[in-house]
Amino acid sequence: MITLNLGMTIVLAVLYSVGFYLLLQRSLMRILIGIVVLGHGANLLLQLVGGPPARAPVLGTAPPELFADPLPQALALTAIVITFAMTTYLLALGYRSWVLVGHDEVQDDVEDRRIAERERPEGSMSDDTADTGTDDDEDPGSAAASSEPAATGGRR
Amino acid sequence: MELPLLALVLAHLVLAAVLPLVSRRSRRAAFGVAAILPAATLVWGLANLRAALSTGLSETVSWAPALHLEPSFRLDALGLVMIVLVSGLGALILVYSAWYFGKDSRDAPRNAALLLAFAGVMLGLVLADDLLTLYVFWELTSIASFLLVGQGGVHRANRRAAVQALLVTVFGGLSMLLGIVFLGEAAGTYRISEIVADPPPGGLVTAALVLILLGALTKSAQFPFHPWLPAAMAAPTPVSAYLHAASMVKAGVVLVARLSPGFAGRPGWWVPIVVLGLVTMLIGGWRAQQETDLKRLLAFGTVSQLGFLMVLFGAGGRIAEVAALTMLLAHGLFKAPLFMVVGIVDKITGTRDVGKLSGLGRAQPALVVASVLAAASMAGIPLLLGFLGKEAAFEAFLHPGGVRGWLVGLGLLVGSVFTVAYSVRFLWGAFATKPGVDVVDAARPAAGLMAPTWISALAGLVLGCVPAVTDALAQRYAAAYPAADAVESGYHLALWHGLSLPLLFSVLALAGGALLHRQRARVRAVHRALHTPLSAQRGYELVVGGLERLAVLVTGRVQAGSLPVYLAVLLLTVLAVPGTALVLGGEWPRDQPWIGALMQIPLGLIVVVASLALLRVRRRFTAVLLVGAVGYAIGGLFVVDGAPDLALAQFLVETLTMVAFVFVLRRLPAHFDNPRAPRPNRSVQARKAVIASAAGVFVAIAGVVLSGARQEPPSASGDFIALAPETGADNVIAAILVDFRALDTVGEITVLLIAAAGTASLVLATRFDRRRRDGVRSGAGSPEHEEEILG
Repeated sequence: MITLNLGMTIVLAVLYSVGFYLLLQRSLMRILIGIVVLGHGANLLLQLVGGPPARAPVLGTAPPELFADPLPQALALTAIVITFAMTTYLLALGYRSWVLVGHDEVQDDVEDRRIAERERPEGSMSDDTADTGTDDDEDPGSAAASSEPAATGGRR
Repeated sequence: MELPLLALVLAHLVLAAVLPLVSRRSRRAAFGVAAILPAATLVWGLANLRAALSTGLSETVSWAPALHLEPSFRLDALGLVMIVLVSGLGALILVYSAWYFGKDSRDAPRNAALLLAFAGVMLGLVLADDLLTLYVFWELTSIASFLLVGQGGVHRANRRAAVQALLVTVFGGLSMLLGIVFLGEAAGTYRISEIVADPPPGGLVTAALVLILLGALTKSAQFPFHPWLPAAMAAPTPVSAYLHAASMVKAGVVLVARLSPGFAGRPGWWVPIVVLGLVTMLIGGWRAQQETDLKRLLAFGTVSQLGFLMVLFGAGGRIAEVAALTMLLAHGLFKAPLFMVVGIVDKITGTRDVGKLSGLGRAQPALVVASVLAAASMAGIPLLLGFLGKEAAFEAFLHPGGVRGWLVGLGLLVGSVFTVAYSVRFLWGAFATKPGVDVVDAARPAAGLMAPTWISALAGLVLGCVPAVTDALAQRYAAAYPAADAVESGYHLALWHGLSLPLLFSVLALAGGALLHRQRARVRAVHRALHTPLSAQRGYELVVGGLERLAVLVTGRVQAGSLPVYLAVLLLTVLAVPGTALVLGGEWPRDQPWIGALMQIPLGLIVVVASLALLRVRRRFTAVLLVGAVGYAIGGLFVVDGAPDLALAQFLVETLTMVAFVFVLRRLPAHFDNPRAPRPNRSVQARKAVIASAAGVFVAIAGVVLSGARQEPPSASGDFIALAPETGADNVIAAILVDFRALDTVGEITVLLIAAAGTASLVLATRFDRRRRDGVRSGAGSPEHEEEILG
């Protein structure tokens, strides 16, 4: 019987909710803290679904039947270390961004906003359709256009 | 040579690739060299006439038979007729091009290579006996057409026409590919000859045929997809003559011709072809009478004739197919010289406008005779090939009679009246002396322009006077259809069938056409009265414009540029997809315990309280302390859970994280939010809270459900415990990390190293800036290069 107990379920729900909420903020530092909290939640989840509290898996301290499952522990250990690596790197990024820009807000992408405000794409095919140009006095399908010599290329 | 057909096709492409080397020496010679290969192909095709008239010549490349990828080719009667058009006319037009493009024309080298490459892929298309092979060549011709219509991309008209032709034909091509796959899978083979010999039944096949038809209709410029063809007249005239009159636009007709013997009996096949073909024939013929540009006049004429061919090939029946193959050959032989005439007129006078040309006929009798020969064939005047085809076409529908026969027959009569009218209009427009218009000056056209025009125009006359050759080919093709009665089985192309209904129809068509031309002022008034803003060209523009607007709309919505929006979408997707699966398929475990161990209660409380406090806190330092509290409490939970190694790592990492945070925080403002910044929108924050808590609760519930579904620890855990003594470690976790899963640990260390390098470089970069700039005050200034960007 490995079911997660109710108390810890609530703890996990709170950890994940807070983590997600902070992740949705615009301050880079809040986002970072959100990632740390999410990391805590994930490590705890990994460990908890491994089984109920039991004896540490150290040979000689208890019979192996009483051991907690060692596999999720090994995985969670790796996860803890990786979370740490990511945290410090993001911290450095946030710091750098603050040094350069003067704040640590995550801004909207200006180019994306510009696209959203457009009605037609740049270089729309209707630009070619609309008869607004002036460069086409000459008929491109005409014989004159086809035998234009290279030497007097500037005629047009 | 084992595979002469494939070799011929490939030879075209290879020669086209090296043709620029010749162009560098002489542009005119490049066209000459290019013409050799199509001419050789024509000779080879005619040398195999006997084979084409019997069983045909076929070959297969066994490439990947298990995937039905077996390019196969076949030379039969239809293939031979198409070789005459593709290679015969191709060689003539290449020679014509040598004189059409000037000696020094910048466009000449690419046109020579592209025209030859096109001749190659078109040859592959008409000889393909495998639907997938056909599809590949089909799309290659679309690309060649795009490049040849677009030319250098200098002119807007070229670009627009090229894109329109490409969009329309590739749209059709893609739907055709879908249809081909349906049909091939239903039949169990992609070989056209096998599918036609034993056509598969079923609803899927009907869908496949409709999809394939879409490809054929777009390629052959049938209503309502026809506007791309007149627009493509922006290409140089030899290109128009070759691609858009003689060969490429026939691809759709050829496809219909190849499949019709198997499917002509099905209403899902012949009804759309015959109806749309007739509509196209009438619309094209009507519009051709109103055009003032000779080239566009011919383009609408081509649209009309393609509709005619569609009707004939789609209808099925012995005589109809005899007529179809004859008209296919005739159309190429009269339309190509007519285009060449337009090119010559344009070349020697500098205009193609009906309203500006006058008196050219007197000055250029040789040109007039060639034009009359070709136009007479188009109009269906006796002694010419067009007459033979048209007679057979009337016979094909009037002989069986009935509602269908008479309706189609009368439709063809009206279409033929239009054809005669615009044939006369073409001759009148190009050569007549018009009152009130100055007689144009014209130079003598070069022999290199005249000879190809004459040869192809004369071919129509010769074949028209000697029907036996065409008749043999047409009979061979039509033999796929059973003859319904003695008249059908005994029908042959002939100059004189006696006084008959088809002859009456031919006479009516000629008289009606002449009358329409005499009354052109009234026809014009009717045309104006019928004018509506609705047109197929407008429809194309609306569709393309709508697609563009839709793309911008979707991009604008999907790509909002806001990180919170993206994350929210991700979370909502998690809730929607795995969440639904959880609700539908998950089962809440019945024996869930309240708590695992007593100590979990206080530790859990610390985690909950500290986490919730994180939401309210405004000082950065407090937040970091709270995160630390959460981390240490979780370390405590690990101890309770029986994971001292985890707890140790957690305590260590938490301490290091705190230290790192403090290093950075010392330089950042004390509060998260800039006091001058506007306060965050409450409703937005509420929405974020709802999404976040829903996702958090989902994860917790998933944890419960999934852990409840688990019955046993993994067998690997037992193995690890059992084998741990062999590693010399008492601690099973240590044994796993440094022995059993040591490679994972190496990877983990690598990640740490990379992160450390990244962190160090970011921190050092700031220090470097500071040293160089004599101290960048944090947040108050930016390095030089950043200032330029940030403004």
